[in-house]
Amino acid sequence: MRLPFKFTFWKGVLVVIWILGIIATIIRFSKGLGASTNLSDRFPWGLWIGFDILCGVGLAAGGFTIAAIVYVFHIKRFYPILRPTILTAFLGYILVIFALLFDLGQPWRIWHLLIYWNPHSVLFEVGWCVMLYTTVLAFEFSPIIFEKLGWGKPKKWVHSAIIPMVIAGVILSTLHQSSVGSLYLIMPEKLYPFWYSPIIPFLFFLSALAVGCAMVIFESHLSYRAFGHRLKMNLLADLGRVMIVTLVVYAILKIQDFSGRGVWADIFKNRAETYLFWLEALVGVIVPVIMLSIKRIRLSERGLYYVAICTITGFLLNRLNVAVTGMEASSGVHYFPSWMEISITLAIVATGFFVFSLATRFLPIFEHPESSAKPEESVVPEELYSMDILPKS
Amino acid sequence: MTKPKALLIDITKCIGCKACVYACKEANHLPEKEDQELASTSYTVVKEKEGVYYRRLCMHCNEPTCASVCPVKAFEKTPDGPVVYNGKKCIGCRYCIQACPFSVPTYEWESTKPLVRKCTMCAEKQKQGKITACAEACPTGATTFGERDELLKEARKRIQENPGQYVDYIYGEKEAGGTSVLFLSSVPFEKLGFPSNLIDEPLSNLTWKIMSKIPNYVVVSGVFLYGMYWIINRRMEFAEYKNKSKGSSED
Repeated sequence: MRLPFKFTFWKGVLVVIWILGIIATIIRFSKGLGASTNLSDRFPWGLWIGFDILCGVGLAAGGFTIAAIVYVFHIKRFYPILRPTILTAFLGYILVIFALLFDLGQPWRIWHLLIYWNPHSVLFEVGWCVMLYTTVLAFEFSPIIFEKLGWGKPKKWVHSAIIPMVIAGVILSTLHQSSVGSLYLIMPEKLYPFWYSPIIPFLFFLSALAVGCAMVIFESHLSYRAFGHRLKMNLLADLGRVMIVTLVVYAILKIQDFSGRGVWADIFKNRAETYLFWLEALVGVIVPVIMLSIKRIRLSERGLYYVAICTITGFLLNRLNVAVTGMEASSGVHYFPSWMEISITLAIVATGFFVFSLATRFLPIFEHPESSAKPEESVVPEELYSMDILPKS
Repeated sequence: MTKPKALLIDITKCIGCKACVYACKEANHLPEKEDQELASTSYTVVKEKEGVYYRRLCMHCNEPTCASVCPVKAFEKTPDGPVVYNGKKCIGCRYCIQACPFSVPTYEWESTKPLVRKCTMCAEKQKQGKITACAEACPTGATTFGERDELLKEARKRIQENPGQYVDYIYGEKEAGGTSVLFLSSVPFEKLGFPSNLIDEPLSNLTWKIMSKIPNYVVVSGVFLYGMYWIINRRMEFAEYKNKSKGSSED
């Protein structure tokens, strides 16, 4: 094992990002949002909402997908990726909440969400879902800690309540994954027609599902490079199948939506929105669908890794297009984040990578008794496959 | 019960003297610096376009978007007409600024304890039976204060009695479900930059269509997911049991 204090290039990058992030943080909280960001009354939501919140929540979507597959649908083959995805989701949500503290004007009042209710507000619902779902994730994550500490009893307690918790987690996730899209439902005259849609909640949900799978493939590859752990090819290929189905459904909905609202006339207008929309569509949907429909790519680890990178990039473009590109025309101003906004975002992302690598090193994430002994797999008899209850592996 | 109040702003009568701006600043204890656009230091501004002067201020919607989006219910539409803001609740998410169809609320960007600022329609003065500072200060009667129903009648009367002087439209009668600030103009409103693509129903209906389905969704998906779990689990247990009994009979 490498020494933790050995200085490498990436550790140097990490330190630089952190130093810039700390400077930006000091300016943010001592001088206010006006001094630290390029936000204004015309453009009140910028990079922090667009990237840290919209992208952050979506990238953590693997958590509920895999938890549902393993616990609710009993597809135990996916057990080996359960822990890494729950770790990512848990970490992701903690970072989303952390990032929100920078963006809120008065973050010390965040608890007001608990006492002043407005059920008409989408943000109220998102806030509650994120809060509750983070609690669920902490619960789903806790067995890993208990196992490390060798506490048998609490681990059993958690296990006995896991099904209702996972179901609650799936409901909360589907709700707020779509609701971060619903935030924009109320701005039909502000969000550019490429992105405003009455079905934006469904589009957000589907893209989160696709990117959740892409993130699992991506993490599997990274953890292989770093630690030599890798998911079995058949699992990765299954994720690829889920992705292609989700992306095709997404594309169909998007085409129907464009037809219904008569957007086709605008799709070749010479505007910044057009180029960014096509980039998003190409990288996030068209290229991944084409690649996934080629068997040689779909069934290769490296091929799926590239598909995942494409999908994730396209997803990030989509969320940033909704939050920034799509709002510029109606706002009448041009927004580009300040170096402080960028530094804080980078520092949060870097912290995510750092904590993830620490956790995979010191906690039983990729290798644990259940996955090596696989006692659950032995109870799955062949009949279940022939009865079409479980998909054939 | 008192009838909701409103402001009628007749752009044809405005001479651009900015008496309303100064009166507003005094009434709300705002710094004297002059802003070109609405800002945390100016709740109203007078602008010139197409050879006419017009005001910008909070429209005090009948069903305000800001009140609908605010996660902590810091905004409230009072029965008298004003949309008021309670800064003590505000967490600073700025969804109100982002969502307002008239781009009205502004933020104290330079403050480390920032609040949202916007026209209050002099809600406090109204409680004492007074009219808004801007209407009181207006020397030409371009801004008048009164009951919304009465002002709508008055506006229609002016359009009918002065053919050719007005565009036949009362801005604010229907926009986003109607507002408590009404405008009359001689120049088409879209030429003055007034949002002309607003729907006639409250914008909050667009989200409520989805939000109101959430309780049903939670119950249905809860039952469905638990049902799926139970059925699959049951079949697996059954299969295991069959396996075991088969194994023991062979022994």
